[in-house]
Amino acid sequence: MNNPLIIAGKSYSSRLLVGTGKYKDFTETRAALDASGTEIVTVAIRRTNLGQNPNEPSLLDAVPPSKFTYLPNTAGCYSADDAVRTLRLARELLDGHSLVKLEVLGDPQSLYPNVIETIAAARILVAEGFQVMVYTSDDPIVAKQLEDIGCVAIMPLASLIGSGMGILNPWNLQLIMDRVSVPVIVDAGVGTASDAAIAMELGCAGVLMNTAIAGAQNPVLMASAMKKATEAGREAFLAGRMPKKLYSASPSSPTAGIIASVRN
Amino acid sequence: MITVHINGAARPLADACSIAALIAELGYTGKRIATERNGDIVPRSQYAAQILNDGDKLEIVVAVGGG
Repeated sequence: MNNPLIIAGKSYSSRLLVGTGKYKDFTETRAALDASGTEIVTVAIRRTNLGQNPNEPSLLDAVPPSKFTYLPNTAGCYSADDAVRTLRLARELLDGHSLVKLEVLGDPQSLYPNVIETIAAARILVAEGFQVMVYTSDDPIVAKQLEDIGCVAIMPLASLIGSGMGILNPWNLQLIMDRVSVPVIVDAGVGTASDAAIAMELGCAGVLMNTAIAGAQNPVLMASAMKKATEAGREAFLAGRMPKKLYSASPSSPTAGIIASVRN
Repeated sequence: MITVHINGAARPLADACSIAALIAELGYTGKRIATERNGDIVPRSQYAAQILNDGDKLEIVVAVGGG
């Protein structure tokens, strides 16, 4: 019943995508990823720390690319050029791996996407053979343009990155899903389990989060909650919710056969 | 003596060496890294063949935790 998530022709049984940033250490990162049941994890590409011990533990040891599908991101990039260069480095780093998360940010306060630079970068990356999952605003017109360029998943924000504000505009997410046929994955803004469930109940193909798990008091327990919420929301979507009836109650128990009152 | 810029920092080199030699000096041989030279990717297979020039700008990156 719960059909798999298919991105760029590859099938995934988990619809929860998890970021690997902001954990206490790699042990906690791995424990949270395992508890979340995720199969796709985002990673950042950063300069090596020259002068530091080159033998210190590496993310790739704690989160082996043989067990998880890596989704290298372009977090921190403010231009199409920087984003493209970052992902070319990622592809070299990961032996030709082409599934990537493109994000081009507008300013450091809001981390809101710069859609003009995002579109420019998407064109170049698709032409170079990358499979681009793209972080974008919840603008349905831009989402459709990104799909037309050839992006393999559209990932609108639910609210600002790291804000935990939840899904602020479910109507726009719906407008995007009405227009786009590739997977629509809510990326950014989820704060707690109910937010993930709401995204999935709306019909989103998946949810991507980092801070909601890493920033919880108990990240591993929250990862488990997110797994359940994502699954519950997906099942509720597939089940088809009952229609809402404003100001019109309807009893759940039979209306006939109620015992008689003994008072006059 | 030449100077190259690695991850934004100037580094004098006694001689024009290969990228492979520089990577060995930095302790990165065999590590999961990727290298860009003056804006272009240097495939690992070319580390030994590419000789650094004065003023080259190198970026050497790794994968780290991120969302």
